[in-house]
Amino acid sequence: MITLTINGLDVEVEEGTTILEAAKFLGIEIPTLCYNEGLTPYGACRLCIVEIGTGENTKLVSSCTYPAEEGLVVRTHSKRVVNARKMLVELMLARCPGSKTIQDLASKMGITKVRFKVRNDDCILCGLCVRMCKEQMDAKAIGFVNRGYMREVTTPFRLKSDVCRTCGACMYICPACQMRCQGPEPPTVVCNGCLNLSPPCLEIYEDKMCYMDPCVACLKKEAEEEIEKRK
Amino acid sequence: MAKEKLKKIEDLRRLREKLIEQRAAKKSWVIISSGTCGLARGSGKVIQAFKDVVKKYNLEDKINLRITGCHGFCQAEPNVVISPEGIFYQRIKPEDAEEIVVETVLKRKIIPRLLYVDPQSGERIVYKKDIPFYKKQRRLLLENNLMIDPKNINDYLAIGGYEALSKVFAGMSSEEVIEEIKKSGLRGRGGAGFPTGKKWEACRRAKGDIKYVICNADEGDPGAYMDRSLLEGNPHSILEGMLIGAYAIGASEGFIYVRDEYPLAVENVTIAINQAKEYGLLGKNILGSGFNFEIKINRGAGAFVCGEETALMASIEGRKGEPRQRPPFPAQKGLWGKPTNINNVETWANVPLIISKGADWYSRIGTDKSKGTKIFSLVGKINNTGLVEIPIGMTLREIIYEIGGGIPDNKKFKAVQTGGPSGGCIPKELLDLPVDYETLTKAGSIMGSGGMIVMDEDTCMVDVAKYFLNFLREESCGKCLSCREGIQRMYEIVTDISEGKGKEGDIELLEKLANVVKDASMCGLGQTGANPVLSTIRYFRDEYEAHIKYKRCPAAVCKEIIQYSIDEEKCTGCMACIKACPQGAITGEKKKPHKIDQSKCIKCGVCSEICKFDAIMVE
Repeated sequence: MITLTINGLDVEVEEGTTILEAAKFLGIEIPTLCYNEGLTPYGACRLCIVEIGTGENTKLVSSCTYPAEEGLVVRTHSKRVVNARKMLVELMLARCPGSKTIQDLASKMGITKVRFKVRNDDCILCGLCVRMCKEQMDAKAIGFVNRGYMREVTTPFRLKSDVCRTCGACMYICPACQMRCQGPEPPTVVCNGCLNLSPPCLEIYEDKMCYMDPCVACLKKEAEEEIEKRK
Repeated sequence: MAKEKLKKIEDLRRLREKLIEQRAAKKSWVIISSGTCGLARGSGKVIQAFKDVVKKYNLEDKINLRITGCHGFCQAEPNVVISPEGIFYQRIKPEDAEEIVVETVLKRKIIPRLLYVDPQSGERIVYKKDIPFYKKQRRLLLENNLMIDPKNINDYLAIGGYEALSKVFAGMSSEEVIEEIKKSGLRGRGGAGFPTGKKWEACRRAKGDIKYVICNADEGDPGAYMDRSLLEGNPHSILEGMLIGAYAIGASEGFIYVRDEYPLAVENVTIAINQAKEYGLLGKNILGSGFNFEIKINRGAGAFVCGEETALMASIEGRKGEPRQRPPFPAQKGLWGKPTNINNVETWANVPLIISKGADWYSRIGTDKSKGTKIFSLVGKINNTGLVEIPIGMTLREIIYEIGGGIPDNKKFKAVQTGGPSGGCIPKELLDLPVDYETLTKAGSIMGSGGMIVMDEDTCMVDVAKYFLNFLREESCGKCLSCREGIQRMYEIVTDISEGKGKEGDIELLEKLANVVKDASMCGLGQTGANPVLSTIRYFRDEYEAHIKYKRCPAAVCKEIIQYSIDEEKCTGCMACIKACPQGAITGEKKKPHKIDQSKCIKCGVCSEICKFDAIMVE
């Protein structure tokens, strides 16, 4: 067994456990995007970064790929970590503003503006689909091609794949395919509909049962108008 | 010629003695530099011309031609050294061969026209050792390039090659070898500067029956070619280093991962491996020691990121060259999951030297924390372009002004870029910094693998940052979001700034983003990829501000915001620029001031180059 310290709490885990798993065991939530329990950790989205080490000798590592080490001191929400995560989500948002998963992450972290040029890409290159196809579906129909800013996910030679069974697992696991709700003002880059987690519709429909969790403020505008009218 | 296998250390000693004797009988050597750089400047034809002349005069017994790797002085390529005196002729043309043979080799007369002229004093210099470029260097590794034909193992043996290996086999345990390397203070020459002995020890101690050693020859920094020169010019020193390392670690197989863009290096290393095998210096039971070792060559497809050790190993295994999280370190789990030790070409080349001359001797060279010599490729706006090998701790000023001979055309020095895309720009205020791992890191750059690009006053630092960001956005593997998106966004912002579209707050955003890229990325590429931006902002913030606030490029480089015009008072109306302009943008009559049509001008700068009267103004 290995003992490490996360946010000041000692935790004992088995050898081979990652920092992310150890934190989860303690009930500490670390945001992730490219991580899935059923797949090999990849460490591509960098959202799960944590600060390790003490004194001046600290560094940020992705907790999903970093193994727990004896005596390791981990901070999951230090200032350096949170600031970096915010910038990472801003970068994601600038690339894929259409993804609900990413919009939710942004809302949760209090990101209200994007300072980069918006690109409206439909892939965040987290590699979940590639691993899903390879590891769970045993098909290896898709993979990464090119490098740097040219990187993309596709089939070999961009041809229709012989081994693809059109099972749809890649789409199922994709965080970018899950489109954002159209929110109150869809053309904006940052939706932030979920910033206010108390449902605004309660003002009008007292007994409304909402199916959306967290609230996506689908009726925010309508509610605001109604409240204004009642005044 | 079939070679006899060397079965014992004694056999090697006897062969060496024989070779030295044979060589001593021959008096005069003509040493022709013919690395890739030499070949590019026509050394192939020069060699043929020398061969023809020797044949014509029937001098086969008297004159020995030696075709060697790079001599380091790119500026003077192709060059010839006439031994034993060491007469140095530069920029040889095939037609010079006859004169050199007849006059210099046979009559010992100097041909002044072919001598090197010192740009500072204007003096002609006869001997290689007196040329300022060579004089200040400490060429422990590079000097051997002149002594051997890389395609002939006997040359290497004759200068004491594989002596270190014999010494190891004759009476050093693996632990003693590691201890010696540790004591020498040798640190990784790939750039990060990790102590080599410690690395070896970790791999030695790792559990596993199969272990590997790798030579990282995936040199990819723009303007850097130290490793190429060593591989081309002295491949056996690397093989010997790897043999010693493998013996110390307990590995029986080694790989040299070399870029396929280095065809001559691949060729020479392949020949070297085959020749070493013929002598039994590679293979089973080497020199009767019971130690087995094989080396294979892996050719890289030219991805910069494959120089990162985990990506390199993935590439050897046949997977996409993508770095992975460390730990586990290669020493624990490397190639195919086995303990692996990976070192840079120059690191390996230092090993035989340390073993044969001793750690005490080696550790006297260099500074407190950084020992030995380091090879840099000194390029850019510098008089003496070439490979320089200096004791670590020499100041940048000495390298640039004494070895490099200063900046051409009386321009002012602006900055020196070290460490390639992972490094930073060091301004003139810091020229007296000693070159060692710690100092350069503190200055916001890195020692790196040895690229050293000198920039003069005509260089725009925003443009430099843009160049490196463009390189990195293409060469990042693209796995980490921080590196892929972060560098791409930095590139977009810097491009905007260089095109006069920068906004207030851009510099601060760049700094914030750069720090996140540095912090959050997995491998060395991302962690250092922000250095070019951060260091240029740190030392040349005013240039960024000029671009943003006044839409001005102080060095007149950024095409989008500069404008060419003609000074009516200076223009003599010679029409030279009118003829030279590829766009037909300049109009005017003879002997009357000309004019540039801004709508047609593509800002190529040809007019400015051709004008003899300094009449073209750039703003």
